[in-house]
Amino acid sequence: MKTRNLLIVALVIGMLAVAFGGPAVAAPAFRIAIVMPSAKTDMAFSQSMYDALKALQKEMGGESALQIAYSEDMFKVPDAAAAIRDYAGQGFNIVLAHGSQYGSSVQEIAKDFPKTAFAWGTHVDTFGLPNVLAYTAAAEQGGYVNGVLAAKLTKTKVIGVTGPVEIGDAKTYISGFTQGVASVDPSIRVSKTWTGSFSDVALMAEAAKTQIAAGADALTGSSQSVVGSIGAAKAAKGKVLWFGTQQNQAPLAPELVVASQQYDWMGVLRAMIKNYKAGKLGGETYVAELKNGGLKIVYNPSFKLPDAVKKAGDKVIADITSGTLKIKP
Amino acid sequence: MADPTIFTVPATIGILSSAVRLATPYLFAAVGEAICQSSGVLNLGVDGIMLLGAYAGFFVTLSTGSLWLGVLAAMVVGLLMGLLMSVISVSLKAEQGISGIGLYMFGLGLSSLLFKVTVGTVKTVVGFQPVKIPILGDIPILGEILFQHSLAVYAAFLVVPLAWWFLDKTTWGLKIKAVGHTPAAADSLGVSVLRVRYASVCLGAVLAGLAGASLSLAMVNLFQENLTAGMGFIAVALVYFGGWRPVAIMGGALLFSFMNALQLWMQVLAVKIPSDIAVMLPYVLTIAVLAVAHNHEREPISLNKPFERGEH
Repeated sequence: MKTRNLLIVALVIGMLAVAFGGPAVAAPAFRIAIVMPSAKTDMAFSQSMYDALKALQKEMGGESALQIAYSEDMFKVPDAAAAIRDYAGQGFNIVLAHGSQYGSSVQEIAKDFPKTAFAWGTHVDTFGLPNVLAYTAAAEQGGYVNGVLAAKLTKTKVIGVTGPVEIGDAKTYISGFTQGVASVDPSIRVSKTWTGSFSDVALMAEAAKTQIAAGADALTGSSQSVVGSIGAAKAAKGKVLWFGTQQNQAPLAPELVVASQQYDWMGVLRAMIKNYKAGKLGGETYVAELKNGGLKIVYNPSFKLPDAVKKAGDKVIADITSGTLKIKP
Repeated sequence: MADPTIFTVPATIGILSSAVRLATPYLFAAVGEAICQSSGVLNLGVDGIMLLGAYAGFFVTLSTGSLWLGVLAAMVVGLLMGLLMSVISVSLKAEQGISGIGLYMFGLGLSSLLFKVTVGTVKTVVGFQPVKIPILGDIPILGEILFQHSLAVYAAFLVVPLAWWFLDKTTWGLKIKAVGHTPAAADSLGVSVLRVRYASVCLGAVLAGLAGASLSLAMVNLFQENLTAGMGFIAVALVYFGGWRPVAIMGGALLFSFMNALQLWMQVLAVKIPSDIAVMLPYVLTIAVLAVAHNHEREPISLNKPFERGEH
């Protein structure tokens, strides 16, 4: 019996050696893992980061240079926390916790893995930890631009906003949007609905229908559940315009999307990797802005925007970029 | 625009018509669950069946362009899930609560997986459009609240009297209730407990499939992972709320969706209530009413008990 057991052990060790002992790789790839709350194809928050990672991978020279692992649909924070810990344990260089709801998990886990950089957003807090990075988008900037455009286009003077929960970039986007509207015409009413959920598409759709029934002819909103709102806007058949954020949302409804604020996290990611290689794993907050290209306003080419309105939009973009116009988040 | 208030005719119409529309998936699912429970089987997997029904309806409509094929697909998927639940909990006599939760997880996981593999991104379909019922739809106020909805809404409200008639006025309904109350007695009178339970579970599941399709083909016209966001569980609560009576269940569904519509309108009209409180309202109310108004009179005594011939 004893010899047989020994034989089995030897065999297993042999197999492991074959499995893991392949030829040594010349330069190990940089490894980034991302944990995101919704699907990587959500046309909103998660996709904005995933697409940036893929683009960066291409730029750096493919999978041999940058290895990406992802966990999507991590609506439940405990599941996300488990995934974050798992990736850290697997030795990824940077673990991206892509959701403001993951903050406390990152704060917990980062202490156990001092050699891993943890990035989380959208937020500004690094918890004073040497290996936590924060990233955020100055969503109020594009919000302001969208607000100016919406105010110039509304006929009913009622604009509806549908959001998930009043935190993070959803909050700052809508704050900027409201300021933008007021800068054109303070008498326009911006009515806001929060559904209390990042994922409840059905409730988000009903929220948008409510806004339309209450007279809104321009809508905007934040989070991955806004596809519900966009659907409701579509069902109103040309009576309602949509202003996008996080992703270019024009493909969802080419006939009614006027413009979208698109997040481009490439710059933020490049800076993170550069700092990591220089030995700086945390303590910094990166902000995507119009000025640094982290935010872009994408006009929808299929929507015929009057020249005067586009001019007003472009002027606001220029003013924010140059710093003459500052938007409070 | 002047500061609006919630006590205007347009706002009231808006709230009530939203409430009628929002009740749709709950009606299908809860009435189906009531039939299922009346036969003595607790199916907690409603939400999972709804998800698969919503996915199947959406996917078939997306690929064939036919809404009715989508509806059919949702019903077929509901039926299959019902058969699965029946095999597990009726034939194999598994613990009903646990197998229901298992069915839910299965539906949640499978619908997400299938969606990712077959569609993957945000796509929309042209769903059932609002149809104004001639004459009735022109009645001022009432017409706008009740008779300018999509077919899914009318169908959901039609299911209620049908289920009442079915459960209370037909031999089949009597058999279902007999099996749910005293299966041994029903069995001794020659009623096949197995067959009645299979049929009831499957009928309930078909309705749950329709509930899902009403979401993906009439209310939001798209599918996303976990589209139902727990609606199926609210539907189960509504069955208790309504004391297994279809009409009372409709009352509960309307009350719940009224609170949901009210909170959305309160926010739109900037009534000074924090949004966090507003979104809690429907749930708090449901729990409160459930605690007070629980009516045991029609509770199927053998609910949650697998039938063994020769016991009792």
